[in-house]
Amino acid sequence: MAHQGILRDELISKGVSRRDFMKYCGTLTAALGLSPMMAPRLAEALAKKRQPVVYLSFAECTGCAESLLRTTYPSIEEVLFELISLDYHETVMAASGQQSEDALHSAVKDNEGKFICIVDGSIPTKKGYGMIGGQEMIDIVKEIVPKALATICVGTCASFGGLPVAAPNPSGAKSVKEVTGVDTINISGCPPNSINIVGTIAHYLLLGKLPELDGQGRPLWAYGMTIHESCPRRAHYEEGNFVAKFGDEGAMNDWCLFEMGCKGPETHSNCALVKWNQGVNWPIGAGHPCIGCTEPEFWDKMSPFYVSK
Amino acid sequence: MAQRIVVDPITRIEGHLKIEVEIENGKVKNAWSSGTLFRGIEMILQGRDPRDAWLFTQRACGVCTYVHGLASVRCVDDAMDVTVPAGARLLRNLMMGAQFLHDHIVHFYNLSALDWVDMLSALKADPKKAAEISNSIGETDSGVNDYKDTQTKLKGFVDSGQLGPFANAYWGHPAYKLPPEINLIGVKHYLDCLKMQVKAAQLHAIFGGKNPHIQSLVVGGVTCARDLNADRLAEFLYQLKEVKAFVDNIYIPDILAIAGYYKDWGGIGGTTNFLAYGEFPQSEEEPGSLFFPRGAVFKRNLSKVDAVDVGQIQEHVAHSWYEGAEAKNPAQGETKPNFTGYDTGGKYSWLKAPRYNGESMEVGPLSRVLVAYAAGNEAVKKSVDDALAKLGVGPEALFSTLGRHAARALETKIIADAMVDWTMELITLVKDGKADTYQEWDWKDGMGAGLNDVPRGALGHWIDVKDKKIANYQMVVPSTWNLGPRCAAGKLGPVEEALIGTPIADPKQPLEILRTIHSFDPCIACAVHVIDPHTNEVYKIRVV
Repeated sequence: MAHQGILRDELISKGVSRRDFMKYCGTLTAALGLSPMMAPRLAEALAKKRQPVVYLSFAECTGCAESLLRTTYPSIEEVLFELISLDYHETVMAASGQQSEDALHSAVKDNEGKFICIVDGSIPTKKGYGMIGGQEMIDIVKEIVPKALATICVGTCASFGGLPVAAPNPSGAKSVKEVTGVDTINISGCPPNSINIVGTIAHYLLLGKLPELDGQGRPLWAYGMTIHESCPRRAHYEEGNFVAKFGDEGAMNDWCLFEMGCKGPETHSNCALVKWNQGVNWPIGAGHPCIGCTEPEFWDKMSPFYVSK
Repeated sequence: MAQRIVVDPITRIEGHLKIEVEIENGKVKNAWSSGTLFRGIEMILQGRDPRDAWLFTQRACGVCTYVHGLASVRCVDDAMDVTVPAGARLLRNLMMGAQFLHDHIVHFYNLSALDWVDMLSALKADPKKAAEISNSIGETDSGVNDYKDTQTKLKGFVDSGQLGPFANAYWGHPAYKLPPEINLIGVKHYLDCLKMQVKAAQLHAIFGGKNPHIQSLVVGGVTCARDLNADRLAEFLYQLKEVKAFVDNIYIPDILAIAGYYKDWGGIGGTTNFLAYGEFPQSEEEPGSLFFPRGAVFKRNLSKVDAVDVGQIQEHVAHSWYEGAEAKNPAQGETKPNFTGYDTGGKYSWLKAPRYNGESMEVGPLSRVLVAYAAGNEAVKKSVDDALAKLGVGPEALFSTLGRHAARALETKIIADAMVDWTMELITLVKDGKADTYQEWDWKDGMGAGLNDVPRGALGHWIDVKDKKIANYQMVVPSTWNLGPRCAAGKLGPVEEALIGTPIADPKQPLEILRTIHSFDPCIACAVHVIDPHTNEVYKIRVV
């Protein structure tokens, strides 16, 4: 049976008085060889709950959740064990069916107004096109999002609609903001870089506030620049050195991919600065044009992807 | 007295799946598998530039990232009659291999292990004994202090009262059989795998540009010519060796150790027929040069492998939310999505029901391994026979939930070993100046097919190109084969068949059902799609 509540409350519920709790912290501080000044800080740490997070997945491909798993410093283990309490996530949680639904409802009820809601996938609006536990996805999102402290959309689908809304939008899908009316924080990308997902959560946990956002709800620190502005191949663009065929002499010399269809000039993202997978590579580095995946409606507006605008 | 229970959502899979079972006398008597999300990727592809197809289809799934993209470029390559050069073929294979390594280890540890490993029991373990066991079976870089650390970390987590994703689960269920020390090993390796998958993804990104959703494929080859230099090749080789060591020293030993306590699951969760398209072409010759061969095994008969004729594939919609009742070959006829409500007596899923020669076919690691075994592949035969001998079970144990998990582990090792060879082959090509990565091509009207065998099983993409546009696009996907509903003849889909006979200790706690479902590694985002919506247009695919 899972424990309820935090350590301090547990002790208090078992008849330990607040005075005794503070004495305990004093003793523990001494045992740890810390100055007595640390006792109140230790009491505070032991009394602190990890930030409850409820992660909802709708018309998604799970690429965003996978991208989150790629985080380092903090690792996903550190995120799960030290920074947040991931109270609902269908891809990783141990409980299924009724047990998972109960976990979701308690997490929302016990932390109403205090939990962070993370969403991936857009919301189908045609009846029966998206259901979980017998409920329409649109009803689930409308019920839970208004109860959250803040809602973070991970990925272009939740932020702006993404792939499901590409013409002809067969499921009538919409973004979280369109369906709920809530101003979501949009960490767009297909998928977004783990740095951008975890960095935004860390911004709240470490600095106590949500980051500044651009006009599309995207954190400025990660989306406040275009690929083109920060691209290492920019000098080649200016010099007129363009790759003409994949693998040609220009490609072997890191020439600009603009004529191969690169949408860098119109794409807001920090890929050129932070690269991907701990700096191992990034699309342009791998010789492929940027497809503009952080932008709303990019599937329709940035395609054909191999034709330059 | 029969009792119906519904498990919705099924967690620790990709996508949205609902399972309903009928239980009688403590065993599953009947089962219904239902996919509950529809996006319509093939409809989205209509009329678009065929070169773009792979970028769209890759987003069928971010867990099975890459694989749809590869199927796409292969089918457009086929339609445009372009043969990719050897350098591109090897790079595509290596990226496919990297995807297998990532996908399979995460599937076992982070999606499935908690079905078999009781996390809370690990708190009672003796860390010294746990370390001794693990070191004796293969683990080389961790000792008693690491096991103590894991246990302390777990204790602190549980004491915090916030169990997060491990809350409200099935800890203490009577079906858990592992001693505390093995449970502690399982918990530690669950966490180790969370670290290792970061590296496996980096491996993929070296030539893929990024992971998830790589960005270096194109029709005609790959774009990462610039990365075919010595430092990148060395980086790939040594990172591969690190991931391979995890497979050899952690994954394989754990599977065998854990299986030893669950031998009864070698008799639960089996199906009847197995289909593999084969994968990892070693030359331009297909299917002849496929590392994992193409073939079909029927009625568990390992003495006979049938050749695969894709003309025999039919997708049924009798029990799926589409108009019409007739079964059609993937590219023929038309189907329109039509949600009519969940009815186990009628239509109950967004997944169609693919059938081959009218039969329900399992696809995936077990199918690949069985087809390779039956076809006489030496490496696979030895690997399987050794594992069976170690466990002290006969070959009939392969046709089960246990067999499925074991096959996945064994093929991961086989692929990791082969990837070292393929990397050396690529290095030789680079040395000889023969590692071209792109073949120019010209537009033509025509049809093409890309047949692949990806982590979850047999995957096919078909395209019809007219005037440089996608006139038609079809996908028949592994999880559709495995998790699809009944067909018009009322034959159960593989997962439905596999669930029959599952013992259920407590209908309120579906642990045993999860075990078999997870063994199939479901990916429901992939599995749901629709045939071309333009009515009155009949297509013929060219059988390759």
